[in-house]
Amino acid sequence: MSYFFADQNIEAPDDFYEMLINAHDGLSNSDSRLLNANLILLLANQVGKVEILEEAISLARKSVIER
Amino acid sequence: MTNKKRIEAHDIVIVGGGPVGLAAAVEFSNLGIKTILLETSDSFSDGSRAICWSQRTLEIMDRSGAATKMLEKGVTWNQGRVYLKHHEIYNFDLQMETDLKMPAFINLQQYYVEEFLESHLRGKKLTDIRRLNEVDDISITENKTALLSVITPNEKYEINAKYVIAADGVNSFLRKRLGLETKGKKFEEKFLITDIHVKEPYPMERRFWFDPIFHKGQSALLHVQPDNILRIDLQLGVNADPKIESNPTRVQSRIQKMLGENIDFDIQWISVYSFSCKRMDRFVHEPVFFVGDAAHVVSPFGARGGNGGIQDIDNLVWKLASVLKGLAPKSLLKSYDLERVPAADENILNSSRSTDFMTPKNEASKEFREAVFLLSKNMPFARKLVNSGRLSSPHSYHNSFLNSKDDPAFIGKGPIPGSASLDAVLGLKSTEVWLLDYLGREFCCLVFVNDSILSSKRFEEFRKFVKTLNPQMNLVMVSRAIISKNMRATVLVDKSGKCFNKWSAIPGSVYLIRPDQHIATRWKNYPELENLEQAFKKALGHCEGK
Repeated sequence: MSYFFADQNIEAPDDFYEMLINAHDGLSNSDSRLLNANLILLLANQVGKVEILEEAISLARKSVIER
Repeated sequence: MTNKKRIEAHDIVIVGGGPVGLAAAVEFSNLGIKTILLETSDSFSDGSRAICWSQRTLEIMDRSGAATKMLEKGVTWNQGRVYLKHHEIYNFDLQMETDLKMPAFINLQQYYVEEFLESHLRGKKLTDIRRLNEVDDISITENKTALLSVITPNEKYEINAKYVIAADGVNSFLRKRLGLETKGKKFEEKFLITDIHVKEPYPMERRFWFDPIFHKGQSALLHVQPDNILRIDLQLGVNADPKIESNPTRVQSRIQKMLGENIDFDIQWISVYSFSCKRMDRFVHEPVFFVGDAAHVVSPFGARGGNGGIQDIDNLVWKLASVLKGLAPKSLLKSYDLERVPAADENILNSSRSTDFMTPKNEASKEFREAVFLLSKNMPFARKLVNSGRLSSPHSYHNSFLNSKDDPAFIGKGPIPGSASLDAVLGLKSTEVWLLDYLGREFCCLVFVNDSILSSKRFEEFRKFVKTLNPQMNLVMVSRAIISKNMRATVLVDKSGKCFNKWSAIPGSVYLIRPDQHIATRWKNYPELENLEQAFKKALGHCEGK
């Protein structure tokens, strides 16, 4: 288990998920992907710490490759 | 037809004899109020329909003794499992606390609930249940009473009713006849819902599959009911044809695939449907009060339809009873709208979100769902995002004008004003009792005490004052230790301290509780008597909008 991402940290998971999905309303697939990329960069800036970002990136990649 | 029609006059007429209408009759009867219940059909629900009854529903029914039979017959379940394909993503236990009288859920066919409630009412003799009595017109008189026209197989008659409870279901005739509508969202997705009888008993838990091997690309839900009946919901997609999908041979093969080739079963009931999440703007159209599906409908994921309807009744009946008995101003009735409309919105929001999660609407939502599933294997946070239904829990009326301000000394801990009371196991002499059983059907002051408080002059004054209040107020006392003094009143003992802890109480804490067991306000330390009186008046609707 990872050090940074073991805990449940999102305050209102259902509120967040609805917001996230609704943000894509009416966008083309390529615009949707661009929105997601923007979002990642914004959140990365908020996180700040390189070791956390590094771990997040590696976890995300691992979960896709080892699927 | 020159004969003058018979006109009856009644205080309360309930239209609709489903679980919600019958629950209303049970509540009124429990408060000593006579009702007439008009029901079009002469039999109980066709098919099991509503099957999941929540802890709160059972607590409400238990106040009048109507929960006993439900618990005896029902399948108790506290656990659920969620699968992706055939892997379990996570499981949950809804009953983390062991000191509650009622389980998290029971599953029980709607027809059993209706039968039990009706037989309960027959014993009480305060409800006149009239089956095969169809309301075919309603008008509001100048005196703001309702004139109902009723047809039976033999006659036509009229009822002039002071108040009408419209519990006539999703296609409410009363709602349509009064020119009122429901607004909201309609989902295109079709679902197959079926009850089957199996020979071998199944584990008593809720199971949900995303993209199961036996039903690729869709979702499936399984609930266990009494009599070895299983409820199965299968998602069918937007383009499914209800006619083709409800063919028993087709259903048979779908279910066989799900349960495995060696499982024998008989189909009991089939329905193919799509659902809506809708509600009326307001539920109060005096003298008519809309409850249950007549007022609001939700998708079935979350067991929020039947349980939401029962909570409407919980909220409405004590208010109508208080007004009818002249104990509260009519302004109290407005609080039904202000408390139950947000509750309906909460139910609609949760069941819409579950439905959205099951039916991703675009590429982005499909990808995010896929990501949630992938991460949920190892990351607890992602499991929180998996939505197979957010199960019904009692709504908290925290913005209600019936509440008084919370005491900041609680720093938000324990049940806040507006929320439902929390049960606890307590001691009385040498037996175990449940706190909720002692709150009673009137307003109640729940006081946390100890020896020195009980022998204080101030407490004596407090007790005397509570006795003078009108309408009547119960006084329930809870203490950590057995009281040494020989008291006339009962003091419940919280040996473990769990009840004190749950209610964030110290000796001297006082909760003012409404007849529906929701909290009006609370004080960490004894209130001044005038503050208690003020809060009591407010909870009775005397200070609307203040």
